[in-house]
Amino acid sequence: MIAAVGRIYEWEVAKLLAQKRTYLGLISAMLVPVVFVVVLLLQSGGPNDVPLGRYIRETGLAVPFVVLFFMSIWGLPLITALVAGDIVASESHNGTLKTILTRSRERGEIFAGKVLAALTYTLVVVFAMGLVGLIAGSIAWGFHPLTSLSGSKVSAGHGFGLLVASLAVYTLPLAGIAAFGLMLSTITRNSAASVVGTLMWALLMQLVGVLPGTESIRPYLLGTQFDAWHGFLRTPADWTPVIRAVWVCALYIAIPLFAAYLVFLRRDVAGE
Amino acid sequence: MTDASPVAARGLVKRYGELVAVDHVDLTVAKGDVFGYLGPNGAGKTTSLRMLLGLIRPSDGSIKLFGRDPLVDGAKALEGVAGFVEGPRFYPYLSGRRNLRLLSAYDDGDSRSRIEEVLEIVELRDRAKDKVGGYSHGMQQRLGIASALLRDPRLLLLDEPTTGLDPAGMRDMRDLVRRLAGQGITVLLSSHLLGEVEELCNRVAIIRKGRIVYEGQLRDLLATAATGYRLRSPEVERAKALLLAQAGVSDVQSVDGELRFQADEDAVAALSIALGQARVGVTALVPETASLEELFLGMTEGNQPATTEAVA
Repeated sequence: MIAAVGRIYEWEVAKLLAQKRTYLGLISAMLVPVVFVVVLLLQSGGPNDVPLGRYIRETGLAVPFVVLFFMSIWGLPLITALVAGDIVASESHNGTLKTILTRSRERGEIFAGKVLAALTYTLVVVFAMGLVGLIAGSIAWGFHPLTSLSGSKVSAGHGFGLLVASLAVYTLPLAGIAAFGLMLSTITRNSAASVVGTLMWALLMQLVGVLPGTESIRPYLLGTQFDAWHGFLRTPADWTPVIRAVWVCALYIAIPLFAAYLVFLRRDVAGE
Repeated sequence: MTDASPVAARGLVKRYGELVAVDHVDLTVAKGDVFGYLGPNGAGKTTSLRMLLGLIRPSDGSIKLFGRDPLVDGAKALEGVAGFVEGPRFYPYLSGRRNLRLLSAYDDGDSRSRIEEVLEIVELRDRAKDKVGGYSHGMQQRLGIASALLRDPRLLLLDEPTTGLDPAGMRDMRDLVRRLAGQGITVLLSSHLLGEVEELCNRVAIIRKGRIVYEGQLRDLLATAATGYRLRSPEVERAKALLLAQAGVSDVQSVDGELRFQADEDAVAALSIALGQARVGVTALVPETASLEELFLGMTEGNQPATTEAVA
């Protein structure tokens, strides 16, 4: 079964690579930090009210962290939704779902391949954005030690390690959004509805998090988990938000995926 | 398992709310059959095929493909089975060859070595590197056959494979189906084109409003419609006299310079000998049968209910 899922995954990725929307999201994610750096170069000052914003001109290492903050509001959720919301619905729309469901693979294996491909895309987008941000920032301001959120200096090498860990943790809530998009894609069989619905879901999570009176549930909202990486940038590292992000996001990933799996397994493929 | 019928459906029902799209359909396709599944649009042909391929779940009844139940055995039930419903669909942004590679990966992967061979069979090798989005309808139909052949099938399920093709494309597709059947592949072919079924199939089922109104040998169906014989002769009066004298011949009538009569096959054989012995020339002695189209329309039009008596 693992080999079968592996082969399906490989082709799901190949399908993504052959579609323009994949590059639209990926290139957008890579352009944002470049534009961000260029804009900062053209003006004085910086985004002092965001984490690490005041240190952005000290080292290029700060750029991807700052961009992560801005992109969590709707940029990366949209890019994630573009693929996750489309990955099943487009097969229904194009009639290719029946083509692949009448081969030798079980529906569960096909679903697993699609989930892995959507999550891979999410991961690639986040790391591509981080890498481009780091390169653009380093070209502009050099690759120097980073000032942590606690005010202490960390070496550039250590800072790079923190960046990789932060990007990995940041991917978790995005994977939750991807899972939700995949669920909508499976249930609605409509790409546009799934993409818009997923983005609305992500924005709703953020909105609920800023409403007064939601303090008690705030730590368990998906939007809050986008800040979990802050824990890595404290001295000493604060693992509490990171560990919470892992299990909270696991729920946000597992529940919609399980629902989507059940629908995908039992759905009638008629007229699509 | 391999001795089981390619298709054995029993009491197949599909309901969509109040609508009964397929109503207690029994279908048996034997090895080597080229089985025509005939019915007007909306009769339930495609819904039946979707159920056979495991794309939709029957509301009731059972399906066995080579003895395997798609609901129980999942994708394993499709082992040795291939085909398409409502036309084949491919990824338009991939080439024909890459589409086949993809589908090979969705099979066991071993079929990848056969891609060039099946492209050759459907005469698409020259265009295999082009994106499917640029293919004509006929080319996509042929690619559909190629994708089915990749699975080295023992049973092909084809849903109206010539629909939308130009006359040359239809001829090529029929030739291809005939060739595949000649190689021992069992074919279940849905169609509303009677000529196509008459040309290709040995057995048929006719479905009307979700119910089977006939299932059996095509020749038996046509034989039930035998309406008599016509005889042409330069010596009509002598021929008529012999006809009237022949045992087993009845209802002899002269119409437009020829004779029409009812008779069984033995009587006609004896008559031909008698005509020869009497040195009465015969320019034509032909059975008159209703066309499949007339039979089909009789079974699928009008308000008469579908009857189980009609099922052979």
